[in-house]
Amino acid sequence: MTAVVEETAPGKGHGATAAERDHTLITITLRIRRFNPETDAEPYWQDFKVEADPTERILTAMMKIKAEQDGSLTFRRSCAHGICGSDAMRINGRNRLACKTLVKDLDMAKPITVEAIKGLKLEKDLVVDMDPFMQAYKDVMPFLITSGNEPTRERLQSPEDRERFDDTTKCILCAACTTSCPVFWSDGQYFGPAAIVNAHRFIFDSRDEGAEERLEILNEKEGVWRCRTTFNCTEACPRGIEVTKAIQEVKRALIFRRV
Amino acid sequence: MSATIENAPKIHGGGPSIESPRSKRSPRSTKTNFELYGWLFMRLSGILLVVLVLGHLLIQLVLDGGVSRIGFAFVAGRWSSPFWQSWDLIMLWLAELHGVNGLRTIINDYAERDQTRFWLKALLYTSALIVLFLGTLVIFTFDPNIGS
Ligand code: HEM
Ligand code: SF4
Ligand code: FES
Repeated sequence: MTAVVEETAPGKGHGATAAERDHTLITITLRIRRFNPETDAEPYWQDFKVEADPTERILTAMMKIKAEQDGSLTFRRSCAHGICGSDAMRINGRNRLACKTLVKDLDMAKPITVEAIKGLKLEKDLVVDMDPFMQAYKDVMPFLITSGNEPTRERLQSPEDRERFDDTTKCILCAACTTSCPVFWSDGQYFGPAAIVNAHRFIFDSRDEGAEERLEILNEKEGVWRCRTTFNCTEACPRGIEVTKAIQEVKRALIFRRV
Repeated sequence: MSATIENAPKIHGGGPSIESPRSKRSPRSTKTNFELYGWLFMRLSGILLVVLVLGHLLIQLVLDGGVSRIGFAFVAGRWSSPFWQSWDLIMLWLAELHGVNGLRTIINDYAERDQTRFWLKALLYTSALIVLFLGTLVIFTFDPNIGS
C-alpha cells in the first residue's frame, strides 16, 4: 500500500491513484431507447450528451443524466456493484450490467446505445416486466429439497461435490442470459437459460434430493430440449457462468440417468 | 455419524414433492420423453446422414461421369441390388423424419397463434406421410421392365 503513496504525483493529495491523476472528462453520447406507455405508441431513440470519465461506468453516466438532464429517465439499479442483478440492459447491442460496463471499454467516439433487454414486456424506458422470468425461476424449485429428519448439524459436503455446481451458484438473476436467447425471443414459454442454471445449482448438489423432479420439469416441451446451443447466454452472463455448459450437463443427466 | 462427507446423500429419485411457494406451476405439461428422443434423434440421424447423403451425392454427381450417366437404366441397375435399396430407403426415412422434426421445431419457434401452429403442422405431417409412402412404395415396387 505504501507503493501507492510513493507513486502519488507531487501536489496531489496522498492516496491518489493512477486513474485519479489521469482524470480527464470527455463528452460521450448515450443514445437511449425511451418509452413512456402513457404517451408513446412506440419506443424511440433519444440522445443525451454527458460528461464522463472514461473509467466510469455507464450506470454513472445514466444517473448523471437522470439527476441533471431528465428526471423521467427510468431504469432499475440497486447495488451498483454487479451483485443485485437489477440493471441488465442492452448496451451497444449486447446484454450487460450497466454498473459493470466501463465507458472506456466501448467506442467512446460514437453514440453508445442503451436499450431494455429483449423478450420481456417493456414497461417504461429500460424497465421490463420481470414476472415471466421469475416465474420460470420459481418453476424449477430453486430451494433445497430433502427428506427425513433434519440433521443436528450442518449438512456436510466434500469440496469435490461442491465443485460440481460451484459455477451455477454465482447467478444473480439479472436475466441477461435469458433475454439474449433467440429461442426465448420467439417462444416466451421456454424456461430460458437462467432457470436452467438455477435448476443445475440444485440438481448437482449432493445434499439435495429434488433432482428427479427438477429434471422432470426441464424434460418438458419448453425445457432444455428447446436449447439450440447458440452460446448467447454464455457470452451475456456478467458473472462469467458457463451457461451453455450447464444446460448441456442437464441434458446429459436426463439422457444418461433416465433413458 | 449418519452423513459423513464420504457417504453424504447422493442425488436419487423419488424425493418429496414440495409445492413451489406462493405461485402455481405454469401450465406447461407433457410428462413424456418425446422431446428428449427428438433431440437425440436429430444428432444420431445427423451422423448417419453425413455418410448417407454425402455418399449419395458423391455417387450420383461426381464419380464415373457424374450426373450425365443418370438415367432409367442407371436407377434400374442400382435398385436391383438390395444394398442400394436399403441405402436409399434408410436415407429417405432418416432425411424425411430429420427434416420434419427440424421444421416442427421451427414452427414452434415462429408460429404465434395456436391456429397457425396447428395448420402448419398438419400440412407438414401430411406432406411427410405422402413423401414417405410414395418413396417407400417406389423403392419396393420399382419395375425395371416397365414400358417394355
Ligand atoms: C448432412 C448431415 C446432417 C447433419 C449432421 C444434421 C444435423 C442436425 C442437427 C444436429 C440438428 C439439430 C440442431 C439443434 O437442435 O440445434 C439439425 C437440425 C435440422 N436439420 Fe439437419 N442435419 C443433416 C442433414 C439434414 C438434411 C438432409 C435436412 C433436410 C431434409 C436437414 C434439416 C434440418 C432442419 C430443418 C433442422 C432444424 C433447424 C433448427 O433447429 O433450426 N438436416 N440438423
Ligand atoms: S446466469 Fe448469468 S446472465 Fe443469467 S441470470 Fe444468472 S447472472 Fe444473469
Ligand atoms: S446495480 Fe446491482 S447489479 Fe448492477
